[in-house]
Parts: sequence; C-alpha cells; structure tokens
Amino acid sequence: MGKKRFNVTVDRTICKACGICVAFCPMSVFTTDHDDKAVVSVPERCTGCRQCELLCPDFCITVVQVEEAADG
Amino acid sequence: MGEIHEKYLRMDKMPHIWCAGCGNGIIMGAFITAIDRLGYDKDEVAAVSGIGCSGRITGYMDFNTIHTTHGRALAFATGIKLAKPRLKVFVFMGDGDAVAIGGNHLIHACRRNLDMTAVIFNNHIYGMTGGQFSPTTFKNKNATTAPYGTTDPDFDIAQLCIGAGATYVARGTSYHARLLTDLIVKGAEHPGFSVIEVITHCPVNFGRRNNFESPAQMLLWQKEHGVAARKAKTMPLEDMEGKFTIGELYRSTEIPEYLEEYGRVIQAANEEKKS
Repeated sequence: MGKKRFNVTVDRTICKACGICVAFCPMSVFTTDHDDKAVVSVPERCTGCRQCELLCPDFCITVVQVEEAADG
Repeated sequence: MGEIHEKYLRMDKMPHIWCAGCGNGIIMGAFITAIDRLGYDKDEVAAVSGIGCSGRITGYMDFNTIHTTHGRALAFATGIKLAKPRLKVFVFMGDGDAVAIGGNHLIHACRRNLDMTAVIFNNHIYGMTGGQFSPTTFKNKNATTAPYGTTDPDFDIAQLCIGAGATYVARGTSYHARLLTDLIVKGAEHPGFSVIEVITHCPVNFGRRNNFESPAQMLLWQKEHGVAARKAKTMPLEDMEGKFTIGELYRSTEIPEYLEEYGRVIQAANEEKKS
C-alpha cells in the first residue's frame, strides 16, 4: 500500500493573506507569494490532516485525496 | 470552496466581508459542518442574529435567516420558536450583543429553557464599532476606550449561563474547529436552551492593541490557554490561572422544556373553553 496523496488548492481570488494556513500546516506545505497570499509549494508533503481547510476563515483551501492508479 | 460551502452558503454573497484572519469565518464553517452532520433540511433551520460582526453570519448562510436588532436576537428567536416549534432555531450573538446590550434577554432565555441553540462569538471586544472594551475584555487589556488598560473584571459567559439556568452549556474556540462542530451538534440535539460560547479572535481591534502580531498568534493563544474540561478537573487550581476550560461544561435534563410547559397551558385553556 502506497502513501496517500492529496491535492491541495488555494483559491487565490478569495484568499485574504491572513497567514493562518502557513502558520498551522504541520508539514509546511504552504509558502506566501508577493501579496502574502498562500501558495501550495510542496503538495507532496501533505498528509491530509485538513487543519488548513478547517482553519481557513475564507474557505479558500480544499484538500482532496488523489485516487491512486491501479498499478500503484 | 468545497461542496458543503456551496450547499449551505449564499454563494452570491461570497467572499464575506470579515477581516483577514477573523475567527467568524472558522465558526461559520464549523456551524455548517454541524448542520450537515445533523442532516437538517435547510428549510427547517432558522438562524437569527443580532448586531455586530457576528450578526452578518445570517446574511451568508442559506437557511431561514433574520438579522435583528442589537441584543434582541434571543427575543426574536423566542417568537419564532413559539410560533413554529418545528423549526430548529439557532441564535448568533457577539459578546457585546449577548452579555451587554442583550444581557437581560440572555439570562431570561436561559431561565425559560426554550429549545434553541445560542452560539456566542466571544472575541473580547466590540470589533465592528472600532474596538471599545466589552464585558468580556480581560482586565488590563487595551481597547480604544481603555488606552491604559481596562479596570473591569470580565464576565465568564458559560458560568453566567449555567447560573441563569441554561440546560446545556459548552465552550469551544475557533482554533478547536472540530470540537466546535461536535459541541454545536450536541447543543442542537439537546432538548432545551443550549449555549455554546466560542472563544474567537479579533485580529484587528483586539489583537493589534494587545501585542498579537498575527491572527495565527491569536489562534495559538487559544490552543495554549484552552484546557479540556475533563483534564481541568484533575489540574491544580494554580495551573488553571489565566486559562479557560473547553468542551461540554454542563448538561441537565431535569428542568422541563418550555414548549412542553406552554403546551399544558394551551391544553388547559382549550379545556376550559369547551366546558
């Protein structure tokens, strides 16, 4: 059984650059861009804890588990 | 935004106007998750709110909603519940709305024990009006109306509600979002008046004046100061200094629910009319 993978997306149009996801992601998946908005930099580190999804006050983050291919 | 947001929020009103990092959005997310888990139909939910930043929540959620006057959300909600008992009534108030301007409504709603759920957003400040101190601002904290720190001791909303007779009282935080969803679910299922106090944060009008550099730092404060009620019982009193308990704090099923009592009055009046 392989490691579970997750697709993390940030809706940049509604992100208010509060920095909560950047501060609370235990795997440091996020960094910030020139506007201080969140950017998903290292998605492969995501373990799917969904802390970012829960704590984003503007609902701009979605975490979706990636279906694994049959050949692994 | 996920499926749940598209189902329960008024997407034409998004993005909301709450400030960057405001806890209100987190609470709204926790609330719609709770409604989804409860499986309530959108048409059987009534959301009532008062005035303040928290009051805007009813504009954003796609239920039967009403944005009422300052401090009077509970009075409107009482009318709604008595007129249409089948509705699941949720009331959203801020700390100033619930315990200052609407303080009297709150204690009497607790006393009556009508089957509703009140969610009180306690951000320890009057955010919308520019950062005046509220009854829950901690002593010695700064506000626009207390530039040298407040002199008043603060209210403990949960203890106040227990004392006034609410039959389900819990405290959550915007940091512990999963716990908050659980507490809202339990409060909604409880037959009687439920109060869920939510310790949240105002990064702009409280945080900036009180040495919090970011919204994340304020959430971290909640994480460090919120102690599970069960754990707090075993902790020495001095370790609880400056901290607060979270989780279910009080539950009673001994006090009769108001609609049942009121039903008896209706029945007695009808019988008298017949005879």
